[in-house]
Amino acid sequence: MSTPQAMPLAEALAVIHQYRADAVVITTMGAAREWQTLEPHPKDLVYMPSSMGQGPPLGLGIAIAQPDQRVIVVNGDGCTLMNLGCLVTLAAQAPKNFTLVVVDNGVYEVTGGQTTIGHPAKRADGQPLNFADLARAAGFTEVYEFDDVESFRFEHEILHEPGPVCIVLKTTHQTEDISARSPGPPAERIQTLRAALQS
Amino acid sequence: MFAPEEFVSTLTELGITHVVWIPDTTLGQWDEALRTAPEIELVQVCREGEAWALAAGLYLGGAKPIVVIQCTGLFESGDSLRNIVHDYRLPIYGLIGYRSFLNAASLPGDTCLKFTEPVLDAWALDTVFLKDETMKPQFAEHYRKCTEQQIPGICLMAEGAA
Repeated sequence: MSTPQAMPLAEALAVIHQYRADAVVITTMGAAREWQTLEPHPKDLVYMPSSMGQGPPLGLGIAIAQPDQRVIVVNGDGCTLMNLGCLVTLAAQAPKNFTLVVVDNGVYEVTGGQTTIGHPAKRADGQPLNFADLARAAGFTEVYEFDDVESFRFEHEILHEPGPVCIVLKTTHQTEDISARSPGPPAERIQTLRAALQS
Repeated sequence: MFAPEEFVSTLTELGITHVVWIPDTTLGQWDEALRTAPEIELVQVCREGEAWALAAGLYLGGAKPIVVIQCTGLFESGDSLRNIVHDYRLPIYGLIGYRSFLNAASLPGDTCLKFTEPVLDAWALDTVFLKDETMKPQFAEHYRKCTEQQIPGICLMAEGAA
């Protein structure tokens, strides 16, 4: 059996970083850790510490309040599993300025790489949970899947197309230097974001 | 406790722009009035944890949201509430329906009566408790106080049924 193709998380995030334009970017868990290696932006929210699964509704609130502001939420597959209902909430609200990126590596990376319940090894049918199908079933109409970074880079304009958009990126998982980390006191950082949104 | 139009007019006077909610039997009586209120947007979520985070996003974007959920939803959404009002110190206000408080007979043994107030105490939230109709004005007063002080707050509202 061949190994499914996947892209390094850092390379996937570099594409989002390069093409974000003026978007708010909210990152969670492993993506939040890796985002901190990239040039910061006033409209970043490294959502650490987090309430796992609540990144998408946090971004949705911003998107509703500011319809002309693009919001990109980069959520892990474990985070998405924590709050699958958010897909339904997002599709019901249907903000045109919202992009959900699900980075799917099948594991809880920051806690040591334990497989999620969506991993093929834990599913009765032995198949990986299909987050793109979940998004479509919830009501997303703009859904994309990528397992190589060059294809994602080539299609980068989908980050900003009328949404809500869901992009599922199959990523490899790191085994070293994996711990969750925060760039500083959360209450101060979120005020930086708030100020950027009010300016 | 609040008639639908009365609740909407109170929220409008307070300048609230969005109600983020999941209705229960009591709160659900406000559904049509909230959906048709010209100056308020009703945002329904699937689970109460979403409500605190979504309200936080609205606040960051310059809106004035309120979370409206039942106390069972408060229990469910504790981690999200903790994260938003304590980790990030965002002044989000919530109205919590207190199931069974006015009528314990319809759900005998409902442990909402045992846990609601201790849980609110545990979250260290500035709370006003509306036990009966005469206390209704305290909601707006408390909301204004919390807004002026830029602190999170809770209005616990007695309910009579599930």
